[in-house]
Amino acid sequence: MIRSIGSFALGIFHYAGELALLAAETARSLWSAPVRWRLCLRQIAEVGFRSQMVVIVTGGFTGAVFAAQTYFQFHRIGMESAVGAVVAVSMFRELGPVLTGLMVAGRVGASIAAEIGTMKVTEQVDALRSLGVHPIDYLVVPRFLALIFSMPVLVAECCALGILSAVLVGTKVLGIPQAYFLNTMVKFTGSRDIKMALTKGFVFGLIVVFVSCHQGLNAKDGAVGVGRAPTEAVVNSSLLILIINFFLSFALNIVYPAGV
Amino acid sequence: MIAVHQLHKTLGRQDVLRGVDLAIPTGQTCVVLGRSGCGKSVLLKHFVGLLQPTSGRVLIDGKDIAHLPERQLGPIRRKIGILFQSGALFDSLTVEDNIAFPLREAGIRDPALLAEKVAEALEMVGLAGEQKKMPENLSGGMRKRVGLARTIVGRPACLLYDEPTTGLDPVATDSINHLIRRLQKRLSITSVVVTHDMKTAYHTADSVVFLHEGRVYFQGTPAELRDSKDSILRDFIDGRSGESS
Repeated sequence: MIRSIGSFALGIFHYAGELALLAAETARSLWSAPVRWRLCLRQIAEVGFRSQMVVIVTGGFTGAVFAAQTYFQFHRIGMESAVGAVVAVSMFRELGPVLTGLMVAGRVGASIAAEIGTMKVTEQVDALRSLGVHPIDYLVVPRFLALIFSMPVLVAECCALGILSAVLVGTKVLGIPQAYFLNTMVKFTGSRDIKMALTKGFVFGLIVVFVSCHQGLNAKDGAVGVGRAPTEAVVNSSLLILIINFFLSFALNIVYPAGV
Repeated sequence: MIAVHQLHKTLGRQDVLRGVDLAIPTGQTCVVLGRSGCGKSVLLKHFVGLLQPTSGRVLIDGKDIAHLPERQLGPIRRKIGILFQSGALFDSLTVEDNIAFPLREAGIRDPALLAEKVAEALEMVGLAGEQKKMPENLSGGMRKRVGLARTIVGRPACLLYDEPTTGLDPVATDSINHLIRRLQKRLSITSVVVTHDMKTAYHTADSVVFLHEGRVYFQGTPAELRDSKDSILRDFIDGRSGESS
């Protein structure tokens, strides 16, 4: 029992260490090697632009249903006008970044792990190395930059669509007076909430890119390994996003305190 | 010159190389033979720093590269080209872009110059005019030729071939054997060919090395290998497993 707990803990430390080494090597590459901007732009199109639909739909419907559920509860105590504020603060501080992180982990993380994993098992990564090109420079850095640029934008879109759909459902479907709805929303939401959303988006982008690239670069055992890499990338990224989000919420609440 | 001294490599729990000593003179073609799993490809990957030895030295022009960090291996790797068993073409790039890859990485941006060098490399491997094809539309032999074109386009001082004829039909095998010999003559470069195909060995080798149980068991000329009476070498040359049906 103790041995299995110890081995599990060691495994986590080992994994965290490997992720840290990958992050350090990426930082060194950014510092010392030329950035391949064409690859970055292609990755921004792939991971940022093409993720918009899934993020927008997720944000839109979450905002709408969250507004409805909040209304159903608040209506009983006559606090319908607070629905806008609750939805907006929740979207910015929690739902927007977390849902975007999970959606990007599912769509982009899986794709990164599968692509790099295939390159690894078909010796394309070794071919890169043999041509004097560091795999981190060519494979990780463009994806890293793409996610760092894209994630805050995707989080902003998710939050915006969530709030917009909440406004529509709250005022047009549920009949909350628009003036009250918007007034409380503006009153209780500030730039601190937007900063928190963007900061979380940035951190979740780092998690997705490093976990996915790590899974891809460590893929082995042929087709089975390539199949396993995206699954593990999505599972590990999602779990890390949810766990780190808990601690990040407390830490960021000190920097960007909630409330008026 | 490429040399290894007391090279040991352990993969998992298996001692793949158990003290290999080998020197390959400049300008010669050395064929490394041995049964499947004897460590030929592992040895070859040490020459270009794709694997780090458990112990021992790997000398390239007198410099020990055995434990150099990845980033310091770049200049050495640009001098040594390797043809992978599968060709290892970048499957998202066309043939043209695959071959131009090392040139672009070297900083060449002029499209006319790139096109000229790509066409020349393709002509050398007998695939003139195939620039626009994607790797998925190429046969196994063509992939290896394109891989070879990508390797030679940067004019390396040494070429390493990892099982260049494995999985090819006899005609394609013969064609690749002639190509290796032709390139050796045309570019006057050091070549190391890892194979278990005796026809490739006899056709391309200036010297032959036979690996057995992780060590160099035989080193000599193709003629000396052909005339050997050693039972392990004879079984390999004649393709005898010792089993009866």
